[in-house]
Amino acid sequence: MSDKTIFAYSALFDSPDDIIHAAEEVKKQGFEKYDVNTPYPVHGMDDAMKLSPSKLGYVALFFGLSGMLAAIILTYFTSVVDYPQVIGGKPFYAFPGYVPVMFELTVLSAAVLTVATMLLIFFKLPNNRHPLHDTNYMKAVSSDKYGLYIEIEDEKYDEAVIKSLFERFNAKVIEPIYYDDTEVEHKNRIFEPKFIIGLVLIAVITSGTTYFTLNKLMFMIPFSWMMDQDKIVPQESYELFADGFGMRNPVEGTIARGQLPYEYYQKPEEAAVALINPLFPTAENFALGKKKYDIYCSPCHGYHGEGDSRMRGQFPNPPSLHSEKVRDWTDGRIYHVITEGQNVMPSYSTQLSREEKWATVLYIRALQRSLNAKESDLE
Amino acid sequence: MSAIDYTQELSVVEGKPPLREIDELIIQPLDTKPDKNFFIALSITGSMLLLGALMLAWSFYKGTGVWGNNNPVAWGFPIVNFVFWVGIGHAGTLISAILFLFRQKWRTGIARFAEGMTIFAVMTAGVFPIIHTGRPWLAGYLLPYPNQHDLWVNFHSPLVWDVFAVSTYFTVSFVFWYVGLIPDFGTLRDRTASKIKKVIYSVFSLGWRHSNRHWQHYEMVYLVLAGFATPLVLSVHTIVSFDFAVSILPGWHTTIFPPYFVAGAVFSGFAMVQNVLIIIRKIFHFEHIITLDTLERMNKIILLTGMMVGYAYAMEFFIAWYSGVQPEQFAFLNRAFGPYMWAYWIMVSCNVIFPQFFWIKKIRRKISVMFIIAVLVNVGMWFERFVITVTSLSRDYLPSSWAYYKPTLVDGGILIGSFGLFFTLLILFTKSLPVISISEVKAVVDGAQPSHGEH
Ligand code: HEC
Repeated sequence: MSDKTIFAYSALFDSPDDIIHAAEEVKKQGFEKYDVNTPYPVHGMDDAMKLSPSKLGYVALFFGLSGMLAAIILTYFTSVVDYPQVIGGKPFYAFPGYVPVMFELTVLSAAVLTVATMLLIFFKLPNNRHPLHDTNYMKAVSSDKYGLYIEIEDEKYDEAVIKSLFERFNAKVIEPIYYDDTEVEHKNRIFEPKFIIGLVLIAVITSGTTYFTLNKLMFMIPFSWMMDQDKIVPQESYELFADGFGMRNPVEGTIARGQLPYEYYQKPEEAAVALINPLFPTAENFALGKKKYDIYCSPCHGYHGEGDSRMRGQFPNPPSLHSEKVRDWTDGRIYHVITEGQNVMPSYSTQLSREEKWATVLYIRALQRSLNAKESDLE
Repeated sequence: MSAIDYTQELSVVEGKPPLREIDELIIQPLDTKPDKNFFIALSITGSMLLLGALMLAWSFYKGTGVWGNNNPVAWGFPIVNFVFWVGIGHAGTLISAILFLFRQKWRTGIARFAEGMTIFAVMTAGVFPIIHTGRPWLAGYLLPYPNQHDLWVNFHSPLVWDVFAVSTYFTVSFVFWYVGLIPDFGTLRDRTASKIKKVIYSVFSLGWRHSNRHWQHYEMVYLVLAGFATPLVLSVHTIVSFDFAVSILPGWHTTIFPPYFVAGAVFSGFAMVQNVLIIIRKIFHFEHIITLDTLERMNKIILLTGMMVGYAYAMEFFIAWYSGVQPEQFAFLNRAFGPYMWAYWIMVSCNVIFPQFFWIKKIRRKISVMFIIAVLVNVGMWFERFVITVTSLSRDYLPSSWAYYKPTLVDGGILIGSFGLFFTLLILFTKSLPVISISEVKAVVDGAQPSHGEH
């Protein structure tokens, strides 16, 4: 017993009246480092201990106003600065609509942060190492007794004086409270194996779940961004139709708008003769042709048709469009290449409409003329 | 009975139990092994919960087409249930915050439990708007956060207000609840003999020492929280009602909605709290703490709010007539005499007529009768939300798009599942935490406060 360090001298009382009088007296005698522990707040104790009123009200006011300010900044920034949008013909900053959000954020920040301030800053909790814990004193005051203790650190601490004071107010149990030696000596070390194992576990679990979510889960139904849907996609069978196909053919003898069938598959020479460019070389047509050429052809053929591909070898480089061969081709022959593709070059029928194809041909012609101008161009 | 002396405040805790006995009584459910009834109850609610979970899994695998929601009633069961459950939660905050501000001491016996119900009800409610989005795992999009699409939520939308209101409500209720629990965790920690429990309670008590220097701030914070929770609880159902009132649909577009919804929420919430408390006090022998007087007071509040709701029903009709707006008039006639007439009259009889029995003192104090009335109130309040949501949507301005909404079995399964979730949480709560605030009850026992009066 004797080698333990004393923390405080304590007394337990049976009735709220006793404890109030005792606390009053302790205060009167000028003790500072003392406290009263009661199972519930005893009315009048704050006065007896002469505690100044709690300042937490101001804390709540401060955090409430900060929450409101945050809401104002958030709504202003999003709807005026970052992403201004007219909604319902109202001005960008339409205050009334923001009131609910402002109110909620005020309450949220006031409530949560005030409680956090009280627990962490005012009370310095969590603290399970306080010497009072696990004493008989603590066990009594958390149930049905009223306790008072004076710390040894108090300047006026004098065991005899305190003892007689407690006795005067009918204290039932009077005893010293000691520091718990094992707790005082215990030190947290970073390299404790338990701690390291904990860290490793956390790392494995977080990286594992992240990997699983991003690489596996996101590809499973129903998380797969609606990849899998109950609708008929091309090539699927569907029992509703007599022929069992999900895809429907156009009604016989009809042609959908813009879907003229191409008659010269595998017949480049016939196309070369039969197809004639219907477009006039107007500025608009050239502009359209340039636009489509730059989008669809230039990655492989280069902006000027010289075969300077930007594919960096990921696709075989095409020959120049300025070759004699292509220059001598008819428009219809080039049109055929675009429509059907040629060897490794794919068809562009799905990307380009008829008109756009012809405009592209016009533009290729212009490109060719730019390198190999005709004599007549000089006139 | 003898005449009552009105100058004397009646004790809210019957008898004058020693403080240690209060500990024992309240903590007993935590210290004893659960009995057979507990497991029977838990397995029932657990199966309901499981049913709901399976139905939800099915809904997301197949798509929300398995629900009854369709044009024009896009807000079927999910929204009805959402409003219903949020409403249930309101009673808890009313009891813990508003009655606290009014210094109603009788609240102490039931506050903790009612707050717990608030939290569970809001959790249950929160499920619905999230599943109603169709892909609940993307619910993060509901919050304003900086993202690479450079998109923000629309702060003018009542649905966004809802996100803020409900999440704030949940957080604040939870904090309020936890703050109330801290001293009790301290008491539990000092009583328990089991090592594991001791660690758990120590962690959650944060090392609470029942120090008066702490109690002083603690009471202040409790007051501040109550002060904030009071307007908060009113705002939450107000904002929920904005989901309807801010639209232009006849039958929704009315200014009476916010107060009417709040009254309805308190109404149904009190009915639910009363139901559950009747069972709890019986099972755990809390008759002296949750007294008959307390229940009677709750019945009075049910009667009051029931009449407020009834007034709102009448006023809606009056305003529809008085406004002279035809679609509005049609909407209300359609409610009362249209295809959903059955739902409307269930609602009126359960919400307006049955609570009137509470005028009679005998009924207010008769456990079995008041239990039944409160159940009916909740049935009625669920139908109120159904009537409001469905009738207006199913017949709006354009008769060519009218349709009759029918929920599917999956919808029903999810509704059952929501009750399963709520009651499962509640049952687990009764066995894991003190359902009555130990420190608060001790403070209101006769003789707990110094006799020499206020300073
Ligand atoms: C993916 C790369 C790629 C794109 C894009 C592309 N081509 Fe080609 N193109 C080629 C290749 C490779 C060849 C050579 C094919 C062969 O081996 O015959 C070729 C050949 C041609 C030829 C024939 C040249 C010759 O000498 O035989 C023409 C004309 C032509 N492309 C026009 C176009 C037009 C017009 C477009 C835009 C609609 C286009 N190409 C888009 C890769 C491409």
